[in-house]
Amino acid sequence: MKLDILKSLNAERDARRAAVVVTNEATGEQRLVKAADVARDPLKDVIEKHIRSGKSGMAEDTPQGKVFLTVHVPAPRIVVTGAVHISQALAPIARLLGYDVTIVDPRTAFATQERFPDVKVIAEWPDVALPPLGVDHYTAFIALTHDPKIDDPALVHALSRDCFYIGALGSRKTHGRRLERLKGQGFSDADLARIHAPIGLPIGAVSPAEIAVAIMGEITARLRQGPQKAPDAPLEKTLEKAS
Amino acid sequence: MATLATDDDILKAAEDWRKAGKGVALATVVETWGSAPRPVGSNLVIDDEGNFLGSVSGGCVEGAVVTEALDVIESGKPKTLEFGVADETAWKVGLSCGGTIRVYVEKVE
Repeated sequence: MKLDILKSLNAERDARRAAVVVTNEATGEQRLVKAADVARDPLKDVIEKHIRSGKSGMAEDTPQGKVFLTVHVPAPRIVVTGAVHISQALAPIARLLGYDVTIVDPRTAFATQERFPDVKVIAEWPDVALPPLGVDHYTAFIALTHDPKIDDPALVHALSRDCFYIGALGSRKTHGRRLERLKGQGFSDADLARIHAPIGLPIGAVSPAEIAVAIMGEITARLRQGPQKAPDAPLEKTLEKAS
Repeated sequence: MATLATDDDILKAAEDWRKAGKGVALATVVETWGSAPRPVGSNLVIDDEGNFLGSVSGGCVEGAVVTEALDVIESGKPKTLEFGVADETAWKVGLSCGGTIRVYVEKVE
């Protein structure tokens, strides 16, 4: 590997951007493809697939022959507003799935380390807590407080960033009112369509832990399948397509 | 030497060692069959004195990779190595059958 490639690769990793090293084993030829350049790469499709799965591997029969792709993808993170019951169930599940978890809630009675062992807890309002977190593409953002004073400014921050998932707790009615408020702040329908609500996969979740599973299922789908697939396509439809 | 180095540390070490003027090789697991102990993409970085960081097999074949890496540092030519992880070793680390791994070794230059 050329030192230049290694330097650029380490710089991309430091900046939490995905990058792939493409190596032709037979010729020793090697190049770095940064996330920003994937769309115009001759191996676009196969590189995208590997970035999405986060897995390195051989790719046969590409326009550039048999190549090896070393995939470097930042560790995903989850930022939650609301140190609530669902968050208590969600934090350990998310950690098990490999996410760094940060909980933000200005209510000091909720946001305690005792209620959330092993995760970062910030007892501040979102406008103070969120900007320093560097919410980026490999961040999932979820709003769980039910309180517009806390969730709205947090969603505004998330919408201004490139996070791969945004979800907000609340019924269709609650969410409808939320959309009205956010539209009033200048967001377009396309912006607001990024928010998953009602939050989580439709699995009939009842308990906080089940809702946490539904949310983590939906986040996993968005991480691994990308944004284009409708998350709530009925199972029968999905099966029809598959057969 | 740390054995639980993250990939970050390994690639950082490769860059730092090279910048410090050492001869450096990078080994990468490119294919696995059966129950190989380390996944595809795992790295081992080796310097010209045989110091290394990272892991390509959880300890089974590191010695052989380091020896080959010293050759690669000298010749500058990349090499692909193939190893069968012995059934006995595999059994000791809790795997029910042996595995095979292919490792690409290249000089950092």
